[in-house]
Amino acid sequence: MSQTPDAVRRPTHLPKPRGPLSESVLAALVDGGTVPDPPADVAATVAPEDAAITLWTIYELSYRGFAEIDDDREWDPAVVTVRRALERDLEARLRERWPGRPAYDGDFAEALFAEVGAHDGPSLARYVQTKASADQVLELLQLRSIYHLKESDPVSWAVPRLPTTPRAALMELQYDEYGVGRPEALHAQLFADGMAALGLDPTEAAYVDQVPLEILEQNNAMSLFGLNRRLRGAAVGHLAAFEATSSLPSRRMVQGLDRLGLAEEMQHYYREHVEADAVHEQLAARAICGSLLEAEPELEDDVWLGAFTCLDGEDRVAGYLLDRWGAR
Amino acid sequence: MSRISPERAGNERTGNERQSADVIVCPGGPLLLRGDHVVQDEDGTDHRTKRPVSAVCRCGRSATKPWCDGTHKVVPDKQRP
Repeated sequence: MSQTPDAVRRPTHLPKPRGPLSESVLAALVDGGTVPDPPADVAATVAPEDAAITLWTIYELSYRGFAEIDDDREWDPAVVTVRRALERDLEARLRERWPGRPAYDGDFAEALFAEVGAHDGPSLARYVQTKASADQVLELLQLRSIYHLKESDPVSWAVPRLPTTPRAALMELQYDEYGVGRPEALHAQLFADGMAALGLDPTEAAYVDQVPLEILEQNNAMSLFGLNRRLRGAAVGHLAAFEATSSLPSRRMVQGLDRLGLAEEMQHYYREHVEADAVHEQLAARAICGSLLEAEPELEDDVWLGAFTCLDGEDRVAGYLLDRWGAR
Repeated sequence: MSRISPERAGNERTGNERQSADVIVCPGGPLLLRGDHVVQDEDGTDHRTKRPVSAVCRCGRSATKPWCDGTHKVVPDKQRP
């Protein structure tokens, strides 16, 4: 049965702190006190999970917020100061991982598809298709829910920051992601319906306390790219790589869910992505990134940074889970 | 290659004249259709588009024909459209 669209609702539970920084920032956000100054050198003094959950919580203030935190804190200068320190640390790490853009002449879309095709990372979808147990699939879906319940939202920040042609193209893609005006068809809502049908909690962030660093980083990277105009190239590059790695894996997910007899509603979510993302990958690579690079060629490195970050982030998540399951 | 977004689109559009393409051929990939269409498959069955832009399979290997499902990406280069 379909949930009411409000099933994707405001988180009612704050994440648990994962160290002294998140502890002090969360406490100040909830009790209305002043958020402390960020440490001078985040990388050297804050544990990665502590930094990641703090940044994730601050980013949430720009999406749906928390019942326990005053909405006004989104633009509290002290909060923004902490956010910027954590963003600089994250961005430096993402840039350090990036090997640089591939050599290619001419067409960005062809180069992107070639790069994605040659990328040989561990595949969760392949494991789900043939081997995973029902419990493993449910665990995967819980971790994925941190993103899928706000699916497409991070790249929406990029819309007003693009030139005419890619702006029109991104809106065309997002219109489809957001259900073409029908809330029950919004992709995040399809995922929420799938979760509910599987007996999982479809409340946003319900499972945030059990997600590993890799998931927090994956989500934070998308918000970082979306919320900073200067990184608009990375935002749409990330989108293009995401869409280009979705159709075929989504079909494997459908087959895996079907093999295990798991909820038709969740199968529907993935089935929808087989077809939708076969369109979206073309739009993202050609109409969005391709036309952005014609208008703003200086963003080329950032577009590739975004694409790499998507592929690399998914490798890290897949590596984490497959190791945990003793599956590689 | 066919351009999905002609340089003239957007700002220089005049009146109601449409200058951006509705049918776009993606090299090695599907045919994109913008807007509502009815696509008749090889068996004569009609399929109405159901999203703002639809991708029609050109490699012949899609499991969701007439729509593209990304399968062309695992088809050897020489056999791709």
